[in-house]
Amino acid sequence: MRGTCRLAPLLLFAGFALLSLSAAALVASGDSSSGSADSSSDRSWLHKVPDADRARANPFAGEPQAISAGRILFDQNCAHCHGTGAQGKHGRPSLRSERVAQATDGELAWLLRNGSLAKGMPTWSALPEPERWQIIAYLRSLPRDATAVTGSRP
Amino acid sequence: MQSVDSIGQLPFARPVWLVLAALVFAATVKTARAQEPPYFVTYSQVLEEPGNLEIAQKGLTGSPKDANAFYSATLELEYGAKAWWTTELYLQGQATAGDSTIFTGFRWENRFRVLPTEHAINPVLYLEYEDVNGADKSVLEATGHDSIADFQGTNAETRGDISRTMEGKLILSSNPKGWNISENWITEKDMMGGAWEFGYAVGASRPLALVGAARNCTFCPQNFSAGAEIYGSLATVNDFGLHDTSHYVGPVVAFEIPNGPTLGFSPNFGLNSDSAGVLWRIKVSYEIQQFRDLFRRKEAQ
Repeated sequence: MRGTCRLAPLLLFAGFALLSLSAAALVASGDSSSGSADSSSDRSWLHKVPDADRARANPFAGEPQAISAGRILFDQNCAHCHGTGAQGKHGRPSLRSERVAQATDGELAWLLRNGSLAKGMPTWSALPEPERWQIIAYLRSLPRDATAVTGSRP
Repeated sequence: MQSVDSIGQLPFARPVWLVLAALVFAATVKTARAQEPPYFVTYSQVLEEPGNLEIAQKGLTGSPKDANAFYSATLELEYGAKAWWTTELYLQGQATAGDSTIFTGFRWENRFRVLPTEHAINPVLYLEYEDVNGADKSVLEATGHDSIADFQGTNAETRGDISRTMEGKLILSSNPKGWNISENWITEKDMMGGAWEFGYAVGASRPLALVGAARNCTFCPQNFSAGAEIYGSLATVNDFGLHDTSHYVGPVVAFEIPNGPTLGFSPNFGLNSDSAGVLWRIKVSYEIQQFRDLFRRKEAQ
């Protein structure tokens, strides 16, 4: 009886771990089903962008002040994954690539807001929208790099 | 009973030094700017960025009626396992004036983002296992019949009352026009017995500026966020309601030091006679960017 009591916390903890991992697996399976269509590395995420979002214009486009602010925001929020200067890091894609250059500002804004969870790109919806536009203005100011690192994740 | 005036001579000294040491350490670590709202109790839909490790120290102090002053310290280790999954370990302890300093237990929580894209309301599922004793004074949430009486026993009396609890939360969160509005609905069950308990937490906050400054600056308004939160308990499945429950409300502020830690502060005011008068909360957190990269081969910089 005493042995059972001693085992109870362990069993509870193991049960919780199992429950958590099951929940993770459940969310993951739901995510991956949409994830194959959500891959930002193969541009298929673009199909998810509503037309209204795709057509949105950056209110800060080309503004030097916004580009400077965007660089600071990029360094604070994005550089640890995408590298200083957005050149890619540890297999994560460069944001100087052709596919980023070809995306509209509205499409990039949609990706920043929604992320691509299955591919490791978090949502940045808690970052104020003007700051997200400033980051996009900064990305537009970067030179295009044909040899930039491209990875399997956004 | 000991008053707060004698705080410096009592077991508080050790936690205070630990906080100071954490501040010094945090100042030397390169950190990322977190996008988390400044709440202490309420959770939002913001999860830890995948691969990042946030280390935080949450402190709570107060001098409730008919109880000794205390300082509760909670160490949080929060890791972004996936973009949709954050896992977190809490280690908790407290020091009570005229009594003792003790470790009160641990918690392991997991948060799962349910929907793959943003919506007007974003649900997040929260699952937690708690192994804490009755001396715990962290007040990370309020459930069941949590009340001021929980602060009034001595550590010797309460530390033997161990509860192993499963807790679930439904987190609903929105980001309209620069604001964050979050609601948490909490249910908790002591697996060693007892009824299902309920609680709630609601918060609203906003950065002081929504546009980034064009130069590096420490005290720019965008580095500050402010808001308010209210939380409390809703009794049990047998007597659901406000009877014998505690409720708190207070402002919350956070200061994200560029390339440094985030500091948070919140006074919580008790709303009824079952609540403590005022609880003071502080938080120091810092985020180690891409912690998992420390264990990876460098492929490209």
